Amino acid sequence: KAGLSLSVAAYIYNQAGAASKHICVFSSKAMEEEKMHVSGGRKACVLFISRFLLFFSLQTFEKLLIANRGEIACRVIKTCKKMGIKTVAIHSDVDANAVHVKMADEAVCVGPAPTGKSYLNMDAIMEVIKKTRAQAVHPGYGFLSENKEFARRLASEGVTFIGPDTHAIQAMGDKIESKLLAKNAKVNTIPGFDGVVKDADEAVRIAREIGYPVMIKASAGGGGKGMRIAWDDEETREGFRFSSQEAASSFGDDRLLIEKFIDNPRHIEIQVLADKHGNALWLNERECSIQRRNQKVVEEAPSTFLDPETRRAMGEQAVALAKAVKYSSAGTVEFLVDSSKNFYFLEMNTRLQVEHPVTECITGLDLVQEMIRVAKGYPLRHKQADIPINGWAVECRVYAEDPYKSFGLPSIGKLSQYQEPLHVPSVRVDSGIQQGSDISIYYDPMISKLITYGSNRAEALKRMEEALDNYVIRGVAHNISLLREVIVHPRFVQGDISTKFLPEVYPDGFKGHKLTDLERRELLATAASLYVPCLVSQQVEVDGMKLNVTSEWNLASPLLSVTVDGTQRTIQRLSRNASGDTRIQFLGTVYKLQILTKVAAELSKYMPEKAAEDTSSILRSPMPGAVVAVSVKPGDTVSEGQEICVIEAMKMQNSMIAAKTGKVKAVHCKAGDTVGEGDLLVELE
Amino acid sequence: MFLALTLLLPIPVSNRKKNKRILSEKSYGKLTARERILLLLDPDSFDEYDMFVEHRCSDFGMDSNKNKYPGDSVVTGRGRINGRLAYVFSQVWFCLLSLVTDFTVFGGSLSGAHAQKICKVMDQAAMVGAPVIGLNDSGGARIQEGVESLAGYADIFLRNVLCSGVVPQISLIMGPCAGGAVYSPALTDFTFMVKDTSYLFITGPDVVKSVTNEDVTQEQLGGAKTHTAVSGVAHRAFENDIDALLNLREFFNYLPLSNRDPAPVCECHDPSDRLVPELDTVVPVESTKAYDMLDIIHSIADEREFFEIMPSYARNIVVGFARMNGRTVGIVGNQPKVASGCLDINSSVKGARFVRFCDAFNIPLITFVDVPGFLPGTAQEYGGIIRHGAKLLFAFAEATVPKITIITRKAYGGAYDVMSSKHLRGDANYAWPTAEVAVMGAKGAVQIIFRGKEANAEAEYVDKFANPFPAAMRGFVDDIIQPSTTRMRICHDLDVLASKTQSSPWKKHANIPL
Repeated sequence: KAGLSLSVAAYIYNQAGAASKHICVFSSKAMEEEKMHVSGGRKACVLFISRFLLFFSLQTFEKLLIANRGEIACRVIKTCKKMGIKTVAIHSDVDANAVHVKMADEAVCVGPAPTGKSYLNMDAIMEVIKKTRAQAVHPGYGFLSENKEFARRLASEGVTFIGPDTHAIQAMGDKIESKLLAKNAKVNTIPGFDGVVKDADEAVRIAREIGYPVMIKASAGGGGKGMRIAWDDEETREGFRFSSQEAASSFGDDRLLIEKFIDNPRHIEIQVLADKHGNALWLNERECSIQRRNQKVVEEAPSTFLDPETRRAMGEQAVALAKAVKYSSAGTVEFLVDSSKNFYFLEMNTRLQVEHPVTECITGLDLVQEMIRVAKGYPLRHKQADIPINGWAVECRVYAEDPYKSFGLPSIGKLSQYQEPLHVPSVRVDSGIQQGSDISIYYDPMISKLITYGSNRAEALKRMEEALDNYVIRGVAHNISLLREVIVHPRFVQGDISTKFLPEVYPDGFKGHKLTDLERRELLATAASLYVPCLVSQQVEVDGMKLNVTSEWNLASPLLSVTVDGTQRTIQRLSRNASGDTRIQFLGTVYKLQILTKVAAELSKYMPEKAAEDTSSILRSPMPGAVVAVSVKPGDTVSEGQEICVIEAMKMQNSMIAAKTGKVKAVHCKAGDTVGEGDLLVELE
Repeated sequence: MFLALTLLLPIPVSNRKKNKRILSEKSYGKLTARERILLLLDPDSFDEYDMFVEHRCSDFGMDSNKNKYPGDSVVTGRGRINGRLAYVFSQVWFCLLSLVTDFTVFGGSLSGAHAQKICKVMDQAAMVGAPVIGLNDSGGARIQEGVESLAGYADIFLRNVLCSGVVPQISLIMGPCAGGAVYSPALTDFTFMVKDTSYLFITGPDVVKSVTNEDVTQEQLGGAKTHTAVSGVAHRAFENDIDALLNLREFFNYLPLSNRDPAPVCECHDPSDRLVPELDTVVPVESTKAYDMLDIIHSIADEREFFEIMPSYARNIVVGFARMNGRTVGIVGNQPKVASGCLDINSSVKGARFVRFCDAFNIPLITFVDVPGFLPGTAQEYGGIIRHGAKLLFAFAEATVPKITIITRKAYGGAYDVMSSKHLRGDANYAWPTAEVAVMGAKGAVQIIFRGKEANAEAEYVDKFANPFPAAMRGFVDDIIQPSTTRMRICHDLDVLASKTQSSPWKKHANIPL
């Protein structure tokens, strides 16, 4: 018996050592204890005994299954390794080589690529749990994380669900019920209709009662899917139609509800942590106002907007709500906060949130570890007074998407080069991919969560700038340019943000960084010196001004560091060819330049211009996805802005509109087709 | 600062008009012969020959002074490209008198004197061992000179043939090139074209119309698109004169100066032992799914640079130049993305010609194999796939340069033998764990062996042959390697093989099945 424990204890040590390398801004109490012993250099037996005790004091589960994929599966596995828990990963057939599969101790395939047949396939997952004898299941976020049926089936098999019990999931998962519960728990709620809306006519009637603008959303929804804002009767009808379709396809439940739409709000949420003994804590807030299409892009903790009183009031209401539903595990209570710091309950997410790392950074807690402890039945280790706000943390969601198309349309492909900026201090990257991974149409296009930490907001943001510049992602489109623009935008830096930040700041869509004259000169000087890379230091004349460029580049490296007149920058040269065409990522945005010798530049004005394809009469798919509906046929006359077809990608329905008025010449797609980015859909005459 | 930079911002239309040379249609979008040389060669490196040569024709009033131009209709000489010697001739389609007037020197037509000037640089190039670059822009034979002009062509053809395999010869077609003139580019090692302004054909659209009654435009008959995608006459096409000349400079860096020179070595910052993790996942799990061979090539090459030859023709095989640890290598790879990477007539001929060039000029060959076999069908058999497929086999077998082969997935049937197999004097033959070396796919094999009677036979065949072990056990592959280590292995092998010497029995020349 003793021999067995010894080997297990040693296992914890090894895993903890490995884990601490990867998770850089992590400092749970348990880990600090361990580090102390390791660095203290005491005798081996003392070390062993302490470890032995630690093992029993932390004993939770022997084996845990992670019913998820991607970064969150990897995130959970890291904590499991730290706690000495064996892990089982599940995967679809296309994910057979995924990082989470490689990281886990065991991995089992649960079906083909579509999520309905794999990650949502409860029968197959239950089978794997039986086969591998996993004692607990961590659902991550999305997929089955808020599925009460799954939690119920696990309970009936005697397997622990790392999350709240079915009652809380059900109560909070239903927006109508949760709103009633919140009202009863004296939580501020948004005025609205507390029932299911039957049809479009009723929707209009209710909307008029509440007063425009109104928000139509799926009762079972989350993550912005099945959500529409309506400003008049017509939009209400249209929104009703779209939302019920999206709700049906995303959640298999097309019930909708309507409530007053709070104009220009901030989205601030409170992290709560509760145990099975009636204790509950609030772990401060996260500011998640920077969103596009109701999906978060940049998050931070704490918020610049909250004063201690508001924070406490929100935290106490959140805890009251958690207690009212006998909540256990980690959860998030989302609030909308208006400009006068009135806050309204939006919903409660009964799972680990995507953006949980920022809370971990400022509180020093490992939320996954706390969730596992709570699920095992341990009481919370902390008191409300122990929960600090240490420094500032910012998270950017790095997506494989093209930010120049409505702030981000999914892109797919293989990551031909991928390098995380882990050499920048105080950076944490939660990712589930590596060089060579495929970003496929089947799953969420998130590449990673990039988190930076600093003693204050300015420091965290400065590090984020550096981290974004040092992030190498090739092979797929990515939103680094948008993220970098957001975090340096004066309004963001001052904290003047709302959920409408992106459409307000970029009313004509995001167009990339606008170079100032100085930056333009810097870019040109850098590009010029790239042409003659053998010189370490050189003087470049741009528009009559002399700039000193110092660099020691290795052009085989994806990151190039250069100093122009004392300003240090990290740039990336994405491509070059013999004719001088060069693409350089500078300040996050990719610039196309042509670098020519003086002779070639002078002669190039005599070269003929070649006509480009006229794109106004053809409609191409802006992203890979499936055609849901085609509303025109050849010979129809369409007017500018009229809907031509609807493409669904990543469970979002996108309406494709005509760029000009004209007659339809040919339709190249039909409902049900799968289309790739750039595929021809419809031609106009 | 000798660099000028242009950010690709739209230039107002009014400015463009001001800058445009108002010239006759003939010279629209073209540079002059001397401007071309200026761009091709290093600054101030051009030494011109025969600037005073004039044509010797006296018929049809050609001896009048206004019909004589010093240098006649070609500029010849030598110069340097990134410091390395090259001989150049550039035919004169037109000259500029001022920014607004141009005139043609007999449409760049080839006179006896013109041919003599070209022959002189070719002779010198062969003697000192430096490549010849021709910038072709000529209306054809100088009709006034009659047989003298034809003799001139033949003199050039002979030198093209004698120089073949001695110094690299490159033709860049920058204007019309018709009739007998087309055979000089055809005899050189590489023919490049400029889109929209260059044409290559034996007879023009008018003659075609009168003989075969076909309606065809110059562009359709012999434009860059036709020759790079359909006929395979040209190896690559470029957007305009400047693009073409700058690419030619880049291409030149890969070539040795002559057959006595080793493959050039550049300073390399890309570590030779760099691991390439994405290669571990590049081959899809399903063996029916395609992937892009170019992804593999780019990821193993120095700084991801690959100069592809014939990118639009017979795309089921990829050929081109890259560097490994600074040394030029020729890369041949089956392209699973196009026609499953099978070998057919066009791809065999494309591959064979490239392999022979590399062998002639001491450039090591790296071959990536994912080939399901030769393409079946009447079109292929009637077209002579046996004869043409044999060319590729011949070329690989005959080559004595270092040969490294990596089997990434399928190596089926005769195509396995052909693709630089161990049996054809391969120096280092590797297989990835995904390799399947077999006579054919499991399904077909089982049908032949068991006539469909054995139910589990397919699985047995897969077990036996759909993996690299049977070949490795027999020593037909030297090792089964982790894909991510491919670059490292190739670089190590090339280091060792740099001193390789191998010879074939004495012969006048081999008899390749042409």
